[in-house]
Amino acid sequence: MTIEKFSYDNRMVRNFAIATIVWGIVGMLVGLIASLQIPFPGLNIGEYLTFGRVRPVHTNAIIFAFVGNGMFMGVYYSLQRLCKARMYSDLLSKLHFWGWQLIIVAAAATLITGHTTGKEYAELEWPIDILIAVVWVIFGINMFGTIFKRRERHLYVGIWFYIATVVTVAVLHIVNSIEIPVSILKSYPVYAGVQDALVQWWYGHNAVAFFLTTPYLGLMYYFVPKAANRPIYSYRLSIIHFWALIFLYIWAGPHHLLYTSLPDWAQSLGVVFSIMLLAPSWGGMINGLLTLRGAWDKVREDVVLKFMVVAITAYGMATFEGPMLSLKSVNAISHFTDWTIAHVHIGGLGWNGMLTFGILYWLIPRIFQTKLFSKKLASFHFWIATLGILFYAIPMYWAGFTQVLMWKEFTPEGVLRYPNFLETVTQIVPMYKLRSLGGAMYLSGALVMVYNLVKTMKMGTLLADEPTEAAALEPMTVEPAGHWHRWIERRPVQFLLLTTVMILIGGLVEMIPTFLIKSNIPTIASVKPYTPLELQGRDLYIREGCYTCHSQMIRPFRYETERYGEYSKAGEFIYDHPFQWGSKRTGPDLQREGGKYPNVWHYHHMMDPRTMSPGSIMPPYEFLTENDLDTSSTPAKIRAMITLGVPYPKGYDQIANQDLMKQAEEITANLKKDGAGIKSTKELIALIAYLQRLGTDIKNEPASTPPVTN
Amino acid sequence: MFRDHLENITGISIFPMFSLIVFFLFFTFLLVYLYKADKNELIEISKLPLNQPDSPEKS
Repeated sequence: MTIEKFSYDNRMVRNFAIATIVWGIVGMLVGLIASLQIPFPGLNIGEYLTFGRVRPVHTNAIIFAFVGNGMFMGVYYSLQRLCKARMYSDLLSKLHFWGWQLIIVAAAATLITGHTTGKEYAELEWPIDILIAVVWVIFGINMFGTIFKRRERHLYVGIWFYIATVVTVAVLHIVNSIEIPVSILKSYPVYAGVQDALVQWWYGHNAVAFFLTTPYLGLMYYFVPKAANRPIYSYRLSIIHFWALIFLYIWAGPHHLLYTSLPDWAQSLGVVFSIMLLAPSWGGMINGLLTLRGAWDKVREDVVLKFMVVAITAYGMATFEGPMLSLKSVNAISHFTDWTIAHVHIGGLGWNGMLTFGILYWLIPRIFQTKLFSKKLASFHFWIATLGILFYAIPMYWAGFTQVLMWKEFTPEGVLRYPNFLETVTQIVPMYKLRSLGGAMYLSGALVMVYNLVKTMKMGTLLADEPTEAAALEPMTVEPAGHWHRWIERRPVQFLLLTTVMILIGGLVEMIPTFLIKSNIPTIASVKPYTPLELQGRDLYIREGCYTCHSQMIRPFRYETERYGEYSKAGEFIYDHPFQWGSKRTGPDLQREGGKYPNVWHYHHMMDPRTMSPGSIMPPYEFLTENDLDTSSTPAKIRAMITLGVPYPKGYDQIANQDLMKQAEEITANLKKDGAGIKSTKELIALIAYLQRLGTDIKNEPASTPPVTN
Repeated sequence: MFRDHLENITGISIFPMFSLIVFFLFFTFLLVYLYKADKNELIEISKLPLNQPDSPEKS
């Protein structure tokens, strides 16, 4: 047996750690700003700092920049040590690190300037999508290269989670990002309406599962035993945890679309698998917490363990709440309200945030060969972060319940008690303020951590290449007797393939029927493609992130149809590339907005929402009356739509702008008649055209045939 | 309504059956394996994160 000398790469771990800290602060700060923009609409400044653009920056920064870099930090540290090998290639590590930071900067710049696909957590436009795929593959190669040259035959359970993450995120990202470019920063997804919704939430849910959960579970399986200095409670349980989790998670996406126009069978499938998910999730939580059995006295003293215990507990709470929210009756209450916001922040602030902090406090002193600058400050961080989570979540639960109860309340005469949506918003504004306080507490704790860790780094010196040694892995001449799982555990490629098969089954079973339906579903004859002006207006709706506060999905409940009108039908969305159903109603649903108000109402409402709706918290969109609509893009957009199967007449792309101008002139004339002077070339005209079209098509259905339902 | 559309897809009935069988077999295999697995080896693997020294935190 030969002993080989080599070194671990700690420099990359340090780089990812610094990126985690920096982007974490940025992401939380942007989140705080976004949260303040709701109760204080005056903070929506100009064109670039409106809530609709700031909110995607927050979500993308937290998910892909903060948690992303945190994941890479932990993987680069633990993978090397579990494989007893240096990362496969220093060059790939470097490309991975800088490529990822480039993606983050490009993402922030494009989102704030309104370049978005309009699909939540997949907002980035196609050139960045390609860059993400490339960098992700680099990460995958670097990881598998390390696994191949490992000096430890067994692959520890943490590595399985990393492998599942690499494979699944790649699949999800590619499938959900298939889009037709219109220009360098504009594209349309190939899917429309119901199908787009299914693909998006298959992606969206599994972004949570395989970006925020599985890699962090891998980290939990490494760093919790490390910090507690004892092995994981049950390795058997961790095997069940892993396979059951990745098998079940991939089916659960449709629970984001309960009571929508998604086929009922797909909804039910999503519900069933979501409920089953409780078992492996709690298995994992129990496994993490019980690792500390007999060591609870340590938790009292060791701040790292404190962070980890809260993180695992938050994981348990969020994964209990998730299946509960997937029950149709509970979802009917929670969906579109702040309950969802509370739920994701238990996961984000609690699970991802606290585990990241714990790992940072454990890891930074070690790679800098020193001790933590101040345990007191770390302890302060722990308490203010924990309190911050409570101050964040409780007001959001309260707001969610309050609002939904107001939405649903009828008077004894059988009419809505709060017919004006705004009443249900102003009622919960104090809760929004309290939530911001919770967020500010959490952020201030993170700032204390920055100070503490910078001081720690300055006290020590980075051990950039940590010397170590291990026995070379002898080639196995005789296969030792064992079970199939032993066999698979030693073979990363086969493991990769099995994992891929597992995650593909769920996705395929859900998607194939939904896509085949296209040729079977009777389309609603009166639903027609958008006019060129409406299409341009729709792209403005997407650009401004209107979907972050407004849904376009009326569920078949009496309190919804009373308030908004006829419930939404699958056939109404067939030309919607992308779908804009939304997931949150900070403002009212807009599916049947068309014709509800005169053009001039929209004009004044966009100039300053508070003139038309006193107390409204919507940002002002005055700049839409100043910006000229870019009509040069119309032909390319029409051509892209024709490619996607939208039935515009042949050669329409060349004459579309004539129709566009004609419709714009009509709206301008109508506005002028009502005393609102605006040029027909302005962006606002297109947006009004789109809003006035919304949901009106089925009203043109001949009265004799009942509207087609799903 | 959707059941009608689904019924028009050739061979659609195989989907739920296929899912159920895969699901059942998968978890049966997993449980059987775990039942038969060698406990000592599992304990050994679970010690993997711990059996090499990290540069210890100075105190």
